[in-house]
Amino acid sequence: MEEWRFAIQIAAFSGRGDPTPIAETEKPLPAAVKDNRDKLLERAMSRHQYSGDALIEVLHTAQELYGFLSPERLKTIARKLRLPPSRVLGVASFYHFFSLEPKGEHTMVVCLGTACYVAGALGLVEVLQRRCGAGSKVSVQTARCIGSCGLAPAVIADGKILARVTKASLGAELDRIG
Amino acid sequence: MSVKTLEIDGKMLTGVAGETIFSVAWNKGIRIPRLCHIGGISDVGACRLCLVEIEGQKKLQASCLTPVEEGMVVHTDTPKLRAHRRLIVELLFAERNHICSVCVMNGDCELQELATELGIDHVRVRYQFPSLPVDLTHERFGLDHNRCILCTRCIRVCDEVEGAHTWDMLGRGTNSRVISDLGEPWGASDSCTSCGKCVQVCPTGALFAKGKAVGEMRKDRTFLKYIVTAREKKQWIE
Amino acid sequence: MTIEELNQTQADETARQQALDERIYCCTAAGCISCGAEGLRNAITEQVKSQGRLDKVEVCGTGCMGMCSRGPLVMAASGTALYGNVTPSDAPALASGNPLDRRPLADRQIDLNAPFFTQQVRIVLANSGRVDPEKLTDYIAAGGYQSLARALTELKPPEVIEEVKTSGLRGRGGAGYPTGLKWELVSKQISPTKYIVCNADEGDPGAFMDRSVLEGDPHRVLEGMAIAGYAVGAQQGYIYVRGEYGLAIQRLQTAIKQAEREHLLGSRILESGFGFRIDLRIGAGAFVCGEETALIASIEGKRGQPRQRPPYPPESGLWNQPTLINNVETFANIPPIIEKGGAWFASIGTPSSKGTKVFALAGKIANTGLIEVPMGTALRTILFDIGGGIPEGKFKAAQTGGPSGGCIPEQFLDTPVDYESLARIGSIMGSGGLIVMDNASCMVDVARFFMEFCMDESCGKCIPCRAGTVQMHDILRRMTLGDASEDDLAMLEELSGLLRETSLCGLGQTAPNPVMSTLRYFRQEYEAHIRERRCPAGHCRIEAGVPA
Repeated sequence: MEEWRFAIQIAAFSGRGDPTPIAETEKPLPAAVKDNRDKLLERAMSRHQYSGDALIEVLHTAQELYGFLSPERLKTIARKLRLPPSRVLGVASFYHFFSLEPKGEHTMVVCLGTACYVAGALGLVEVLQRRCGAGSKVSVQTARCIGSCGLAPAVIADGKILARVTKASLGAELDRIG
Repeated sequence: MSVKTLEIDGKMLTGVAGETIFSVAWNKGIRIPRLCHIGGISDVGACRLCLVEIEGQKKLQASCLTPVEEGMVVHTDTPKLRAHRRLIVELLFAERNHICSVCVMNGDCELQELATELGIDHVRVRYQFPSLPVDLTHERFGLDHNRCILCTRCIRVCDEVEGAHTWDMLGRGTNSRVISDLGEPWGASDSCTSCGKCVQVCPTGALFAKGKAVGEMRKDRTFLKYIVTAREKKQWIE
Repeated sequence: MTIEELNQTQADETARQQALDERIYCCTAAGCISCGAEGLRNAITEQVKSQGRLDKVEVCGTGCMGMCSRGPLVMAASGTALYGNVTPSDAPALASGNPLDRRPLADRQIDLNAPFFTQQVRIVLANSGRVDPEKLTDYIAAGGYQSLARALTELKPPEVIEEVKTSGLRGRGGAGYPTGLKWELVSKQISPTKYIVCNADEGDPGAFMDRSVLEGDPHRVLEGMAIAGYAVGAQQGYIYVRGEYGLAIQRLQTAIKQAEREHLLGSRILESGFGFRIDLRIGAGAFVCGEETALIASIEGKRGQPRQRPPYPPESGLWNQPTLINNVETFANIPPIIEKGGAWFASIGTPSSKGTKVFALAGKIANTGLIEVPMGTALRTILFDIGGGIPEGKFKAAQTGGPSGGCIPEQFLDTPVDYESLARIGSIMGSGGLIVMDNASCMVDVARFFMEFCMDESCGKCIPCRAGTVQMHDILRRMTLGDASEDDLAMLEELSGLLRETSLCGLGQTAPNPVMSTLRYFRQEYEAHIRERRCPAGHCRIEAGVPA
C-alpha cells in the first residue's frame, strides 16, 4: 500500500513546481486506486482521527486522488471533519495549490522566479496566453520559483522540465502536444 | 486583579491587568478610530486604524490587542498616526465601490464617519472599480460586496456568538470575499439561522436589512386621485 | 540502535568505503535531475555492472554540488575529480576507472582549486555532494548522529543551550534573532507539551538553499531538530515544507522512516529516556506561511494568516503551546556546533554575525549555483571570485532578501555580507537568495516585479498590505508604461512608509523594501520613466506619444 500512495503523491506534485521525480514516474492513477478513491479519502481522514486540524492534509489527499476539489467533495470533507463548509472552502481557496476546477489535459507551468523573470519568462507567458485561451486543452499556470534558477527561463510541460526555453521552442512544444 | 496606571494623551488613567489600551482609552472618552474591533467578539488587529505610539517602542502597536502596562506612555493622535489613518481610509474607499449617496447606511456608516473625522474630502489613490456582485437571495437581508471592507466582524460574530459559522473568507489578498457556506447564495445557506447579528455589526452598508435601500423607496401617489375623485362625486361611506 | 552500535556502524561503513577502488558521486539535486542526472546515474551504474566492477566501484546519488550551471555534475575518484555537463555517453569512460579512458572528459573537468571552491567554507553543506541523502549509513559514516549522541549522554539541556549561545548562531531565515536566546525562552516555559517547528517554506523567488539542504542532507536537519527538542524539552517536531519541493519531501519521508527504524527518532532515542517524533506538514502554496504565526495557523489546518505578536510563539505558538520555530539552515548548523563546540563556530565570521551563510546565486552571473561562505565575506568576492562575474554586460545591482530585500548597487560591492552591514545599505540578509542584475535590467520593473509578488501573496487580512500593495503595483506598472506623474512618485513613497509602519506582519512591513532601495540608489531611473517617458535600461516598452 505504501508504494502506490507514494506514486500518487508524486503525480500530484508533478503539475506544480517540482520538476524532479516526475519525468519517469508520472502515470495515470492505477485502476485499483481510481476505483477506491472514496475509500482512500475516508482512510486518510480516519488516520487523522477526523480532526479538523488535519484539514489541509485531507485536502492534499483529496486533490491527489481526484485532481481537483469539487463542491461535493468539500461538502463531504466538511461533514466528516465536522467543520463549517465555509471554513473548508475558505482554506481551500486560500492556498494556490488547491484547484477548485478540473485542469486541462495538459499543463504548462511557467516559472516566474526572479532568475526566470530576468531571463524573460514573461514573454513565454504571453505566448501561452495567446495560444491557449478558453477551451484549450492546455492549462497555463505560473509558479514562484521552482528552484531551477540555473536553467532559466524554465517551463514545466506536463511535469517535464524544459530548460532555457525560448518563444520558438515553446511554440514547437505546443505544436507537438496539439 | 492588579491595577495598572498609564498615561494616554497626557491623561493619567488606570486599567486592570489584561485590559487593552483601546478599552481603557474608550472608557475615558478617548476615541481611538477602529473598524474591525467591536466589543463582544474577539479582536484581530486587521484594520490598523487603532495603531498608537507607545514611548520607548519603535513599532506602532494595535491598541485593541495591546494590554496596558504600568507606566506606559501612549499617544493616540499624533500627526504621523493621522496621516497613516487618512491613507488607510483612502485605500478602503479606492478598493471597492463606496458611493455614499446611494447607500442604505448613508449617515450611519462607520467608514463614512471616520472619513469625516479625518477630513477626507478626496481620495488621492486610483479607484480600482472592481466588478462585484450583490447577493439578495436571503429573504430579509442583503449582502453588497461593493461596500464590504473585509473587517470580518460578520464572520466572527456568526462563529463566536451565534455559533453558526455561516460566513468565512474566500480567496486571499485583494481578491478576498466574504462567503456563506460553500460560496452558495446566502438564501440557500443551510447553516444561516437568519438571526441578523452579522447585519447589526457590519460597519458599512455591505450587510443590510431589505426594504431600507434607496432603490427600494416607492411612493404611492395614486391615493390622491382616489380621494379627490371621491370628494367631487361625494362617494362617502355611510 | 545504541550508541555503541552507532559507533560500530560508523566504523564498519567507513571501512567498507575505504576498501572500494572508487566512489562515483552523481549529483541528484533538483537542478541536475532536470538536466537528466537520473538517467546518467543509471547509465554509469549499468556500465560499472557490465564491466564487472560492482564490488570495487560504488555509484551514489548525492545532494547539490554547487555548480548548478554546469549540471549534470559527476564527482569521480572518491571526490577528487569533478566533471560538468556529463552525458550518458560518457558513462563507459567514467565507469572504467582507467585515467586514459577519461581523457575525452578532460575539457569538461572542473578545477577544484578554482576560487569557486577554495573561497567557500562548507559547514551546512559539508555533506552535500559527498553523502547519499537516501542512505542513513552514509550519513552515519560521515559522523552523523554523533552530536545527538553527545548531547544526550554528555550534556544537560541547559548545557546544550549554552553551547548554542556561545556559538553566536543567529536565525538563518532572515531576521537574524539569536538562536540560543530563542531556545532559552522556550526552555524556560513551564508546559508539559512543547513543539519544535522547522520552517522549510522557502518562498523567496530565486532562493533554493533550504531545498538543497533538505534534498542533499535531510538527516542533518532531523538531527538538529532532535537536539533542539532535547534542549528545550519538546517531544514533537514538525517540518513545514513547501508543496512544490517534491524531491525534498520524498527524501525527508525516507530519512524520517530510516531514523525511526534505527531509534534515532521516536521514543527512547539511542536507548536514552528522551523521545522525539518528527512529522511532515506539506505547504499548499502560500508565501505568507513563511511568517511564523501564519505557519502555525497553517499547521493547525487554517487559512495561513498571521496574527498580532506578542504573544510570540516561544510563549504561545502551535495549539497555544510554547513553540520553537527555526529555519532549515539554522537547524543544519546545530550538529557541527555540538560536535565541535560553540567557540569553534564563533571563531568563523564577524563579531556580530558568526558562522557561515549559504547563498543561492542566480541571474546574470557565470556560476549560478549554491555556495557557502563565512559571514563577512565581501559581496565582490562572492560575485566575482566565486560567482565568476557577469557573463556579458556590466554589473548593475545585486538583489538580496527576495521581495523583502533590496538592490545593492556597485558602490557597495565591498560591503561585507552580514546582518548589520546589509541592513545599513537598505537591504536584508534574508534567507540567502542572491540575484545579479546587469545593465539590461530596469530597476523600476524589478521593483514592480517584487511588488506584484507581494500583491499576489498578501493574505488580505490587514488593509495596508492588502490594498496598499495593489496601489503601489498600479503606480509602478504605470511607470513602466510611461503613464505616471510626479504625484504618483510622491504617493509611492507615502505608501511605502504606510506599509512599513502599519502592516500587521513582516510580509507587508518589508514589501516596500525593493521600492525604497531602488529609489535610494536608482532614483534617476524612476525620474526618466516619469519625466522623459524613457527606460534607461531599454527594457520597458514605452510607446511614443501621449500616455494612455
